[in-house]
Amino acid sequence: MNIELVIGIFNIVLISTTPLVFAGIGELVTEKSGVLNLGLEGLMLVGAVTGFITLVLTGNYFYSLFFSIISGVILSGIFAFLVLNLMTNQIATGLALTIFGIGLSAMLGKKFSGTPIEGLNPYYFIVISFLLVFMASYFLSKTKPGLIVRAVGENHNSAYALGYNVIKTRYMTIIFGGVMSSLAGFYISICYAPMWQEGMTAGRGWIALALVVFATWKPWRLLVGAYIFGGVAIMQMNLQAIGVKLPGQFFNMMPYLATIIVLVFISSNKLRLKLSAPASLNIPFEKNQ
Amino acid sequence: MIRKILTILSFFTIISVSALQADQKKIGFIYIGPPGDHGWTYMHDQGRIYMENALGDSISTTYIENVPENADAVRAIRKLAASGHDLIFTTSFNYMDQTLEVAEEFPDVKFEHATGFKRMDNVSTYSARFYEGRTIIGHIAGKMTKTNTIGYIVSFPIPEVIRGINAFYLAAAKVNPDVKIKIIWNYSWYDPGKEADAANTLINQGADIIVQHTDSYAPCQAAEKAGVLAFGQASNQEAFCPNAHMTSIEDIWGPYYAAKAQAVVDGTWGSEDTWQGFKEGMVEMSPYNTKLLPLDLILEAKNMETAIENGTLHSFEGPIYNQAGELVVKEGEVADDGMLAGMMFYVQGIDGEVPQ
Repeated sequence: MNIELVIGIFNIVLISTTPLVFAGIGELVTEKSGVLNLGLEGLMLVGAVTGFITLVLTGNYFYSLFFSIISGVILSGIFAFLVLNLMTNQIATGLALTIFGIGLSAMLGKKFSGTPIEGLNPYYFIVISFLLVFMASYFLSKTKPGLIVRAVGENHNSAYALGYNVIKTRYMTIIFGGVMSSLAGFYISICYAPMWQEGMTAGRGWIALALVVFATWKPWRLLVGAYIFGGVAIMQMNLQAIGVKLPGQFFNMMPYLATIIVLVFISSNKLRLKLSAPASLNIPFEKNQ
Repeated sequence: MIRKILTILSFFTIISVSALQADQKKIGFIYIGPPGDHGWTYMHDQGRIYMENALGDSISTTYIENVPENADAVRAIRKLAASGHDLIFTTSFNYMDQTLEVAEEFPDVKFEHATGFKRMDNVSTYSARFYEGRTIIGHIAGKMTKTNTIGYIVSFPIPEVIRGINAFYLAAAKVNPDVKIKIIWNYSWYDPGKEADAANTLINQGADIIVQHTDSYAPCQAAEKAGVLAFGQASNQEAFCPNAHMTSIEDIWGPYYAAKAQAVVDGTWGSEDTWQGFKEGMVEMSPYNTKLLPLDLILEAKNMETAIENGTLHSFEGPIYNQAGELVVKEGEVADDGMLAGMMFYVQGIDGEVPQ
């Protein structure tokens, strides 16, 4: 096998895996604070369409990125208000956010679908994605605010009793997660496949969610997991093109299958799960109890 | 989970286009993707719009988009049937059994299933001879490739897709016996990211022409970026990849849809099988790219179109052998429609096996 071919494969893996890293690392931080946001797919799509529309209208990549991020802040802000202040069910609200995001992005993008644009070089974002994983890891394990986030995620009543502002902390992590998802969407519609078409994220939000569980809430494992998922998908394409017969359907379900296997594995060892899964995940926090 | 959500969503996105009148016929469409895909579903939607313009107030149309090819399709089709639609077009191969299931429950509603082969008294099937277009692009690819390697991105192993691969290869190998095609099965009709990955993988493995049988224009875009050539799919995709796009095979559904809707309005609709190509205008080639293709090659392609139209050229002319080396079409004969409709084997010369 020649070196150019290997470099080429490496390139494709880097480009196709980056959106999973963005969305995954955002969700990981959100979940570490005890909130499960199932709205990734919707956030990604709205981020993708906002970035695309801004680019078509202004021709400026910076504005495009800016408005894409703003869309993430607004939508995840609404989600945070619903689950934190109104204490709605996180799973139902997250699903609603996804459905809303799919519909909203389709509606906004209707006129712009099929407008040709000049794509942006993905390599900056690939570097940023690695930096973000490093920063998230450092933040969660080495800094005081990071430890507060984890305390809130483990036991919000204790954290509250210690004087930490649970609601404010969770607002921050939810919005961080929202921004990361919209960044993933921006990357998809501006760098990865420079276009806007309805539903173009094609389920990557769900894979990112699965990835967080697969990584047992550890940033570095998330990065490794994302590259395993992405790498396997590209490797099977390469093997197919060489002429090796492979069950393609199997590779499509592999991320979910791997996640279930990890779930079974970590559930069999209570201590393992306790070490990494936030204990207050998906439990609403009531101040005056 | 994704599919469930998409289906839930699709029920929200039912769009009733014009107001109901008592004598108006209601015509419904089930789409596999969004009308904005600029590929397969886009062309069906163009057909729907053509039909509306042609028939005016005597019909009203509805469509449901993003309907997955599983049990959810039954619900979507039934929803249209139960809400008073007179004619329903189901526009993807794997809606076949779902269409029949609902058709049995609603014997008074007429159904038209695209690219399928199972019919009932109230179910017609229709398809276009896309493979005729694949013969043209195969000929062009065979002449244009420099690396003798062509990348082919496909969706699902169904007869329509395999027929296309065979027609393409036969035409390419005829003018260039050294040509090899590398095939990637994506197992989805529509995933721009994955289609771009597949195109990049094929280019990385030495392909200098990208052919696709999936629905987004991401492969053509990837080819443009990498500086190789490509063919578009279903609709004219030149705007997205002007320096890579040689031509596209276009699906023209409008006249057929208008005729069938008129038949329902007149009460003359009957179950039948329709399979049309260049001759009837259901398949067309987009304008050939004069910047990329030499003039004599464009002329050859146009002559081939004419020859296919008047029957002097056929995409599957014998002798044709399968991969095991058995003669499947004798010399001097052409493959009959029965063989084409159920084609699930590769012809000799294509590497790899048809996935099961």
